[in-house]
Amino acid sequence: MKFLSIFLVLVAVAGFSTAAQAQQGPLRITIEEGIIQPLPFAVPAFQAETGDAGQLACDLARVIAADLQGTGVFREIPSSAFIAQYRDFNAQISFPDWKAINAQALVTGAVSVTGNNVNVKFRVYDVVSGTNLGEGLQFSGTTDGWRRMAHKVADEVYSRITGEGGYFDSRVVYVSETGPKDQRQKRLAIMDYDGANVRYLTDSSSIVLAPRFSPSGDRVLYTSYETGFPRIYVLDIGSVQRRVLESAPGTMSFAPRFSPSGNTVVYSLSQGGNTDIYSMDINSGQSVRLTNTPAIETAPSYSPDGSQIVFESDRSGSPQLYIMSAGGGEARRISFGEGRYGTPVWSPRGDLVAFTKQNAGRFHIGVMRTDGSEERLLTASFLDEGPTWAPNGRVIMFTRETQGEGGASSLYSVDITGRVLRQVSTPEGGSDPSWSPLQR
Amino acid sequence: MKILPLSLLVAAIALSACTNPNRFGADGAGSANPAVGQPLGGVIPGSANDPRSPAYFNQTVGDRVLFNVDQSTLTDVGRATLDGQAGWLMTNSDYQAVIEGHADEQGTREYNLALGARRANAAQEYLVSRGVPASRLRVVSYGKERPIEICSSEACYAKNRRAVTVLAGGLTS
Repeated sequence: MKFLSIFLVLVAVAGFSTAAQAQQGPLRITIEEGIIQPLPFAVPAFQAETGDAGQLACDLARVIAADLQGTGVFREIPSSAFIAQYRDFNAQISFPDWKAINAQALVTGAVSVTGNNVNVKFRVYDVVSGTNLGEGLQFSGTTDGWRRMAHKVADEVYSRITGEGGYFDSRVVYVSETGPKDQRQKRLAIMDYDGANVRYLTDSSSIVLAPRFSPSGDRVLYTSYETGFPRIYVLDIGSVQRRVLESAPGTMSFAPRFSPSGNTVVYSLSQGGNTDIYSMDINSGQSVRLTNTPAIETAPSYSPDGSQIVFESDRSGSPQLYIMSAGGGEARRISFGEGRYGTPVWSPRGDLVAFTKQNAGRFHIGVMRTDGSEERLLTASFLDEGPTWAPNGRVIMFTRETQGEGGASSLYSVDITGRVLRQVSTPEGGSDPSWSPLQR
Repeated sequence: MKILPLSLLVAAIALSACTNPNRFGADGAGSANPAVGQPLGGVIPGSANDPRSPAYFNQTVGDRVLFNVDQSTLTDVGRATLDGQAGWLMTNSDYQAVIEGHADEQGTREYNLALGARRANAAQEYLVSRGVPASRLRVVSYGKERPIEICSSEACYAKNRRAVTVLAGGLTS
């Protein structure tokens, strides 16, 4: 698959005449714990600058609005409420008309199509102060990459208003599932973060588990039973070529993750019934043993700076979370609440660890600080597990499996306040999501 | 998400009870359907009445042992079954076996893979202690990926927490 070419042009869009281009207007919403009032915004259909851009002009606005609305931080004002009709990207904005419908942010844009190329321009306005929020920008790309352009616009809007990095121009690799529980078929799939553009990366002839993105988003580690035994594979997303990583005969390896450099893989290896954590140089295949206890040690995840590893161990008698140096050695326990803890994942911001918690017959996705303090449970259900972080560390995607004979898995996302819980639409069942970094 | 009609679901369950090992091993084999291949009289080679047959191993000796919640310690019943398996494997020395360790759905995917490895290993070590050469045995864990019972209650979980000895090779197979 050819990667989409999208160019971000960092210049103010020509022809714009309003006075102050405020770098940072008064329009700002801070994402914090607890209840916040979603910020009302409007995204009218973009101006179609060429005859064949009409549909795209509507679709771009629709995807941008869905991105922002989906955060729970923003609330879309439907076009049926609009007083002002937006038609011309370069015309003066009638701010009183947008104020009257209580819009606080306004996103306008224009799109032109030339052959297979699309050019998208947009501006963000602070309606209350009647000023621009940052500069107008434009993106160029190919027509089949239009959704990415919409996500890039939405990321810019989100960043300008929240001060946080965006996460919409990202992808998710996951396990697509069909069939009943005792005959489940699994294959790897990749999609946009919002469930669009699903593509399958493997067939379902072998069980595949827990794909994990590389830091550059071009490769995926996963576990497959292709040989009859669980082994770790690395797959190039572009070419769909895969290779199996080195493993000693009679061992099983699983639960791999890349280091932030992308050169090292940390994983679990079972030998003689005992599971420990190892790291491997992905190029040489040389492994180093990082834990050495008779307990189960699994689900390792690096800190963003690569210096530490958070993992799960039942050395205390039940599965709990521990942090050790990336080179192994002494580990300190960080989970002390009731219940069993697993699948810790270090936030890309470095501040939190997301985890799965099993307590009193329920499963939860939760977060805690890296010293174990301030534990908060974000979800509760029959079976929630396997969190993965959005690139900005503000949203978590995970697997939710329903109970009973017809039990099936699907993907959900929740923000770190726990307020905004959503199912992510996939064509089949889904499990084990892994969120990519922001695309370039 | 797929919601299967009940009739399909029943068919899937019935299928999983036949004695042909599926591609994930002999999970579906066992005593659930002893009528398959039942002879009217005498011993039909390869049938469950033929003490040298895998069907006999699966059904009469018993191909699996069960475990308590979050445990990989063998029970008395489990050890008795493995004694039978060891005896059979010593007599039928042309067979090799893969011991599959499984977990119920309570627990994370990764932990259950490791727990299944512990269970398979416990069965393997016991067979070796009873004289089966380690070179004839391999272990694999499926974690919670291959339940044989699909309800979400202890009645099903108890059957899913298992180590299954799946025969491979053999002159008659």
